[in-house]
Parts: sequence; structure tokens; C-alpha cells
Amino acid sequence: MSEVLQIKDLVTKFSTKKGMVPAVRGVNLSVERGKTLVIIGESGSGKSVTLRSILGLSPQGTEITGSIKFQGDELLVKNEKQIQKIRGNKIAMVFQNSLSAFDPLYRVGKQVEETIKAHRKISRKEAKSIVIDLFREVGIPSPEERRRVYPHEMSGGMRQRAVIAMALACNPDILLADEPTTALDVTIQAQILNLFKKIQKEHGMSIILVTHDIGVAIEMADQIAVMYAGKIVEYGEARQVLSEPSHPYTQALMASTPQKEMSGKIVTIPGQPPLITNMPEGCAFSDRCPYAESACTKASPELDLLTEQHRVACFMQDKMSKEA
Amino acid sequence: MLNESELTNPSLLSNEIKEDSLLKKVWLEFYKNRIAFIALIVLGIVVLSCLLAPLIAPFGPLDGEITDRLLPLGSTGHILGTDEQGRDMLTRVLYGGRLSLYAGFLPVVISIVIGGALGVIAGYFGRILNTIIMRTLDIFYSFPAILLAIGISAALGQGINNIVISISIIFIPPVARVAESAVKGVREEEFIEAAKSSGAQSISIIRYHVIKNIFAKVFVYGTTQISISLVLASGLSFLGLGVSPPTPEWGIMLNNLKGQIFINPLVTIIPGLFIFITALTINLVADGLRDALEINS
Repeated sequence: MSEVLQIKDLVTKFSTKKGMVPAVRGVNLSVERGKTLVIIGESGSGKSVTLRSILGLSPQGTEITGSIKFQGDELLVKNEKQIQKIRGNKIAMVFQNSLSAFDPLYRVGKQVEETIKAHRKISRKEAKSIVIDLFREVGIPSPEERRRVYPHEMSGGMRQRAVIAMALACNPDILLADEPTTALDVTIQAQILNLFKKIQKEHGMSIILVTHDIGVAIEMADQIAVMYAGKIVEYGEARQVLSEPSHPYTQALMASTPQKEMSGKIVTIPGQPPLITNMPEGCAFSDRCPYAESACTKASPELDLLTEQHRVACFMQDKMSKEA
Repeated sequence: MLNESELTNPSLLSNEIKEDSLLKKVWLEFYKNRIAFIALIVLGIVVLSCLLAPLIAPFGPLDGEITDRLLPLGSTGHILGTDEQGRDMLTRVLYGGRLSLYAGFLPVVISIVIGGALGVIAGYFGRILNTIIMRTLDIFYSFPAILLAIGISAALGQGINNIVISISIIFIPPVARVAESAVKGVREEEFIEAAKSSGAQSISIIRYHVIKNIFAKVFVYGTTQISISLVLASGLSFLGLGVSPPTPEWGIMLNNLKGQIFINPLVTIIPGLFIFITALTINLVADGLRDALEINS
């Protein structure tokens, strides 16, 4: 298997006034070369924290344990200087809010140039021509002029393309995208997702995409990981997870997505996800789960093989399949 | 997806036309503020004539005619009268202004450089470094600023450069505080995280993003400090901690003339008037600048 990134037993704990609080509680993931992994889940489920842990971008005082291997190389033992060589160069990040991802005081092209110059010793002139090529590649029209505008002078879609251009600057092996289309309207969303597919095909890079939008997941994913309260509850080949969602949370998530032929109200999941400062002993979803039994509140289920390419963390699988 | 011709159609791009540069916008905004603009002109005249004193002053700053002592305002040849040693007041005010302005501006520049650097380091790296730097600077707040300035000046001895040093020292803590709080705000911005995620080192993030983003705040704060520095320097000089006679400087001129206040009050207050006008116009310009810069942030 050509796995570019392997995450094992990742635990990320934040330091708060109440002590160390785990936002990610034992995540196992792997990404293959040229494939897209979509991490889906609601706000606060630890998706973005997982993403930031990979690049060591967590706030000061954060404790990360487990293992993150990039091309067989352990990232968590690297010091700041070593990880700087990987950031942007081998693993790059695309941010959700393109306006705040750029410094408002510098021209867009200049900021992309800086990224290139952080990793390669080249002249301004060379960097400039690379930026123009990048802008052309991500579909920014008249790149010569667009290079010289300030971030606020671009439209949201154009700016998101520029953010992607910045991430592509050093031709990374992995692209981490943190809700890259959430701040855009739907037509632009489709354009940006197509752009991701195009550059993935051309550069053969892997993408880890974090989203809460099932539509985006359906569009993009080769593999899907569903996260809930800092854990992965369902993980597998996109087609299998989407056609046979097996965890009650995934099912509820799918059911709450608006459909074209739908009439009446949107289904919601009752209750709230647990606070990370106050995690229940058993399954984190148990108090919102329609299938929950007493066993669910006593122990936390681990990811179990359902089929070769489909794992789910739920005690009630047998019961559910009988009912179905 | 839009096709290529739609994307390159100039009419579609026209809503993203280039705007004026930041500097131009700030200037236009400042220009609209009449009071600040007039203050800038007055300040410009004062500063320029002080700088050009050797060229435009009618007499030498130390040349006195004992028979022309204490002439009133408007005397022939001496528009602003003469002082207690018969020296031309206009000449001495112009020459004196050079030292007073020097002691007004330089401490601000020094404190912005040193205080700004301390604030940036404390704000960006946080934690222990922040505690060490900021709590150390807090010690300075436990002394009244003027008393501290007098104390430092007295300890260092007489001289305009010692005044500059003492004022710089008492200005560093507040500048550092302003810089530190500004950096803390900028540090949380996503573009800093974006820069980190693209592999930038702390030093280049500070140099490239942090300093430029806090500059407006620190700069505006610094401009409000200039007038305080000017008044403080004149005060220290009035107390005899600055230049020694006969060198002209506004503070010491005021001191020398104070004995003559009942003989020739209008001439006596001239150095004070210049301190007042300069400090006032600097404040008005600083206010105007702050408003103009806020438009853009």
C-alpha cells in the first residue's frame, strides 16, 4: 500500500484552566498517494484539531501523543526547525476563510512569493514567474495583474483560488484543506472542488479534506472518516460508508441532510454533543442514540471491521442489522 | 465552471479595479480634517524655521548688546524684543527650538525602537518571556514618570543628551505595552497561522507580518508622546538639567527670563508660547493622523 500519511492513536490535549482536555481521543487514519480522505463531522468534533496536529500548528501548551508518520518519517518527534521544512513544502494547508488567510497589508502575489522563497533559494524574478504560472493553473484570469492586488480587492472565489495557489507553491505531497468551500456560495463551491480534483490528478497529491457538508464528501471522497467527539466512529471506502452508513451518528447525519425530493421539515439529531471537558465514560453518542443500551454507557466502543474496507465503532451493530 | 472567455472578459473584472494606495487614502482623509491640516502647516513652519535658523535668524544666538537689554515686542530690529542680556529673542527662539525639538522627537524614536522590540518579543513568544519583560517594565509604572525622569537626568548629569536618555527610559514601558497588546491581537490572525503552515520561521513572520500590522498603532501612540516629550524636556531644562547657558533652549530661556516677568511680561512668555504652540499642533496633527489611519483599519 502506498500510504503517504499514517496517523496512529493520535491524542491531542489542550491545556485549559480545568487541566488538560482531550479534543482528539485516539484517532487512526491513513491516506494513500493520490487519494482523497474526507473527515466529516459537526463543529467541535475534533476534525480541524486533527488536521492542525499533523502540521504541529496547535496552540502553545498542547500535548500531542501517538504517531503521525509522513512517508515513514515520524513527524511528532521533529523539532520546530525540521517541521518548518515540511510545512508548505511537503504538506500544505488550505484555509477556510480566504480573507483572513492573507495579510491585508501585502499584495496577494507577494505573499505567495514569500511561501516559495521560504523553501527555495530563488530570485524575486523567478518567484514572480512561478506565481504567475500558479495563478494560471488555479484559474485566476489575467494573473499578471491579479498578482498585484490586495486581498480585499479580490472576490471570495478568486481569493480561495489564490489560497490554493499558495498551498500549491512548493508542489506538496499532501494538501490539508480545512473546510475550503464553507465560506463560498454554492456555484463557486463546485468550481473550487473541481479545481481540487484537477490539481490532484495533475500533481498526484493526496488530499485530506475536512468538512461538515455531506455533499462535499460525496463529491470528493475516496475514503471517509466520520468524527464525533474526538473519535472516529466510522471509517472506510467512501462508496460503502455513504451507501450503507452503519453508525447511528452517520445515519442521523445523512438523514439530516436536505434532499431534493424532501418534503416537510429537516430531520435533526436531538441533544448536544458532549463537552470535551465532561466526556461520558461510554460511547460519546450514547445519550443521543436511538439504539443505545446500558452497555453503551459503560464502555467506549472501538473501530471494528464490518467489511475489509469499512470499520465502525458501535456495540449495537448486530441489533441494528437484525432490525433492518 | 465559467469558461475561459467569460473569465477574461474585462467587463467582469471591472468591479475589482485597483484602489488608491494606503498612503494616499490616509493623506486624503487627513486633508479633510481642517484643524489637523492647519496645525500641520503651523507645525511645519515652526519646525522648518528652527531647522533653518542659521540661514534666517537676523543675529547670532549669543550676540548681545548690553544697551539693548529687555526691549519690548516690536522694537526696530528686534521684532520679538530682547532678553536680559540684550540678545535678539527671535534668533534665540529659533536656535533654541532646534534643541527643544531634538529633545521632543528623539526620545520618541528611541522608545518606539526599543519599547516596540520588547513588546513584539513579549507579545509574540508569550509565556515566560512575556512575564519577564512585561513585569520588569511594570516596575517603572510604580514611579511617577516625571519624578523618574528628573531622577535619571540628575543621576546622569547636566546635558541635553542625558535628558533624551531619561525621557526615552520612561517612555519605553508604555510603548512596549501598546506594542505587546497589538501583537497579541495580530498573533491570533489566521494569516499568521497560514504563514506558519507554509513553513515560515518565527523571525520572518515577525519581520514580515507582525511589525507591519502593529506599526499604525505604535506609530499613532508615538506621535501623541512627542508633545509630552517636548514639554518634559523643556521642564527638565527649565530646572537646569539640560543645556547650560548661554546655549539657547526654550526651557532654559524661560528660566533665565523669569526674573523679568514684571518688567517685560510679553517677551518673557515667548519661549513658553512656542512650547505651547508646538505641543498643541503636534497633538492636533497626531489626532488627525489617528483618525485618518482608523479609516483603514
